[in-house]
Amino acid sequence: MKSRWEWEARASRLRQKGNGEEQGMTVKVTVEDVERVAELAHLQLAPEETPRMLHDLNAILDYVAELNELDTSGVEPLAQVSELLGVAAAGALRADVVLASLDRAVVMAQAPETDQVFFKVPKVIER
Amino acid sequence: MPSEAKAAETYVEKPRTLAELRADLISGRTKATDLASSYYERIEKKNPRLNVYLSLTKERALKQAERVDALAAKGDPLPALAGVPVGIKDVLVMQGAPATAGSKILQGYRPPYDATAVAKLDAAGAVLLGKLNCDEFAMGSSTENSAYGPVRNPVDTERVPGGSSGGSAAAVAANLAVATLGSDTGGSIRQPASFCGVVGVLPTYGRVSRYGLIAFASSLDRVGPFAANVRDAATLLGVIAGHDAKDATSSAAPVPDYAAESDKPLKEPGKAGLRLGVPAEYFAEGLDDEVRAAIEGGIAALKAAGCTVKPVSLPHTKYAIPTYYLVATAEASANLARFDGVRYGYRSAESETLSSLYRHSRDEGFGAEVKRRILLGTYALSAGYYDAYYLKAQQVRRLLAEEYLRAFAEVDAIVTPTSPMPAFKLGEKTGDPLAMYLADIYTVTASLAGICGVTVPCGTTQAGLPVGMQVLAAHLHEGTAFRVARAVESAHL
Repeated sequence: MKSRWEWEARASRLRQKGNGEEQGMTVKVTVEDVERVAELAHLQLAPEETPRMLHDLNAILDYVAELNELDTSGVEPLAQVSELLGVAAAGALRADVVLASLDRAVVMAQAPETDQVFFKVPKVIER
Repeated sequence: MPSEAKAAETYVEKPRTLAELRADLISGRTKATDLASSYYERIEKKNPRLNVYLSLTKERALKQAERVDALAAKGDPLPALAGVPVGIKDVLVMQGAPATAGSKILQGYRPPYDATAVAKLDAAGAVLLGKLNCDEFAMGSSTENSAYGPVRNPVDTERVPGGSSGGSAAAVAANLAVATLGSDTGGSIRQPASFCGVVGVLPTYGRVSRYGLIAFASSLDRVGPFAANVRDAATLLGVIAGHDAKDATSSAAPVPDYAAESDKPLKEPGKAGLRLGVPAEYFAEGLDDEVRAAIEGGIAALKAAGCTVKPVSLPHTKYAIPTYYLVATAEASANLARFDGVRYGYRSAESETLSSLYRHSRDEGFGAEVKRRILLGTYALSAGYYDAYYLKAQQVRRLLAEEYLRAFAEVDAIVTPTSPMPAFKLGEKTGDPLAMYLADIYTVTASLAGICGVTVPCGTTQAGLPVGMQVLAAHLHEGTAFRVARAVESAHL
């Protein structure tokens, strides 16, 4: 498994490699990349799942590379559309006061494992 | 359907419109409890084949129906949706009822509260029948990604109902509910409405509260209704729309009487008719010939009804799918981080450490498409790739939105096909995720721009498969979209 540093170094190399083109979007994903991303996402892929995901990610990323055709320099990113609605957009934020929330007993009843006060999980720190 | 003749004795005729049902309840000709029971009998017969409902909420439904009957017996005024049997997509939570989002990871989860849209239906007297099947976490265009098996299209059971709200569209088409709620992130209401021949509404982003909607991509997710006709869909939207303190992105704009808006003709006396835009980019290569012919027939009917029709240009349309799949998967990878086997839902038995508990619960709980999207989204957000993918997609998102705003300065509504093809066969596209994504080409742009739209039946192919026209309107102009859709409906294409 690659360290975060190695990961970033690789990303940086790939970006440099892509300098001849416009951006680093034509990168080919490797098995190690899939494993690293799965680790970041807390997904444990079964061995037979990895080649399929590798193939699909490369096909999709090849396709999204079409966006490289567009010059977007100077375009402000649009993260969400409320600004486009002007004054009719979201109402004012509610007052910052404590309101009643769900009852602990109700919430804990849904937990896979609990002592009725806390969620129980396996030990976090190895000795 | 001739095979149903035997069932006729237990089947109460479907109310033609909500207004008619209301009149029948007031006059005592129909009882809400009888109507609910007859729908449950029908569901029992039809559901094994269609797989539309994942769970039923009989106790709650019958209690509500009894309340409605009691009001009607006393001659008290009835609320807006009194006695209307409604199904809810299983991504919206109902207190105490299973909420799976079509995923194994939420197996056994019984949410302790109602989604705002559900609470509003309940307060309006609707009889909530149960929870409807969908693609896992609303990720899909065919409902084949449900962990609980695919939904079949009632029009042709060898075909998909579309997705992700396939259960919601099929329930209305098969008369297993009078109306339903769905959710639309990239086309998940409009495309199944088109495939099943019913009306589906994409409200403006923020028009309907997302509180209690299990999140897929929060900047794109909308809750909207399905119904058998445009006026009923407009009535439903009027009930569920409005500001909600529990959703900071919900709009404070007042809610118009959408049903009354839908009654207005396209050309009012003494005024110019509505201006319709037709974007050439939505009629280019890849559009099925029969779908094209049906939509062109609809446009001709709108012209005859008094609209002026002009071409509009949306040249960035070809970039909408890559933009959508980057934005949506990035947001999904963050939203789905909450499913960890700790607080609710599925926990893997294989968990010696906390880290392996997360990984095994998520591996066993999520299906292949959800994993694919989490991986893509995580990749697009990861160090070194953020600018090239996520930021780039957000920039193109602005170009797409601005393109619509420019078009809506010139026209009142834009009409297009909803999907490039009619309902496809089960299994036809499951092996190729990219091909499945490409089928969303006509719906994702409106999702990215936050504008509203209505999909309305607009003729059929020679094989009898429904074709739906997508009527798009500017932010908060749902009334205009309903008016145009109503005219398409009245043309009986």
